[in-house]
Amino acid sequence: MAADRLSLVFGALADPTRRAILTRLADGEATVAELAAPFAISQPAISKHLKVLEQAGLISRNRRATARLSRLQAEPLREVTSWLARYQRFWDESHERLDDLLAALQARQDGYPGPSQQAAAPTPPATARASETAEGNDE
Amino acid sequence: MSKTRITAEPGMPQIIISCEFDAPRDLVFRAHTDPDLLVQWLGPRDLTLTVERYETRDGGRWRYVHTDSAGISYGFHGVFHGDPSPDAIVQTFEFEGAPGHVKLDVTTLQQRGVSTLVRTVSVFPSVEDRDAMIASGMERGTHDSAERLAELLATLQAR
Repeated sequence: MAADRLSLVFGALADPTRRAILTRLADGEATVAELAAPFAISQPAISKHLKVLEQAGLISRNRRATARLSRLQAEPLREVTSWLARYQRFWDESHERLDDLLAALQARQDGYPGPSQQAAAPTPPATARASETAEGNDE
Repeated sequence: MSKTRITAEPGMPQIIISCEFDAPRDLVFRAHTDPDLLVQWLGPRDLTLTVERYETRDGGRWRYVHTDSAGISYGFHGVFHGDPSPDAIVQTFEFEGAPGHVKLDVTTLQQRGVSTLVRTVSVFPSVEDRDAMIASGMERGTHDSAERLAELLATLQAR
């Protein structure tokens, strides 16, 4: 997704009224009057919000008789999700590795304690984990 | 270990990353400040981390390079503000591929019974900077995937 399109989508999502409109549209298409009903703001103000959502590609609008209907377009939301997904994977994998490293350091006597830990009490989970592993290996 | 939680609110120039580990705070702190340990966990497994300098003191500089399987390198550097402690590791962070777009990372380690909650708040100069940094990571991934696909196709055609 191009960065400028992403900015449009994020800009559109940055407003609570627009998020509420999207939530409403997830249930099906609606007119401006129907969308304005739950809010203490005018129909022209709602129309402005709809314009922002339309520019971001989050909704499409078409006419049925005299009413103008808005419909949710979910694709940009999926793109936003995948935009974050790789960043999420970076940290998921880093933290899995950190978790493995911390377990290994705790299991290894010479790798720990560090200087400030010498006076502190031993850590029960580390001991438990180490002994579980040892038992597992024995069997 | 808990699930990694990433919060990136629309319109806010920050990201919050948090995760809880079954280890004492001092050890988690060591894993964040000892370069020999840092290279063993920071980043996905398919990237090799090389720490060039990591001066964990007030005003100390740091620089590391992530290298992918295709040999492409991504350099990052910054400065520590204040002596890093488990209460706060404060550092600036700049991707050398986008100079001038510096973010500020504040990492706090909180002992929670027998485990430690690691929470990093990253603040960017603008919402656009935040979005671009995350998007660039995704583009790189897409680029990698395309390369791998090309390699696969070449292998299949050679058979």
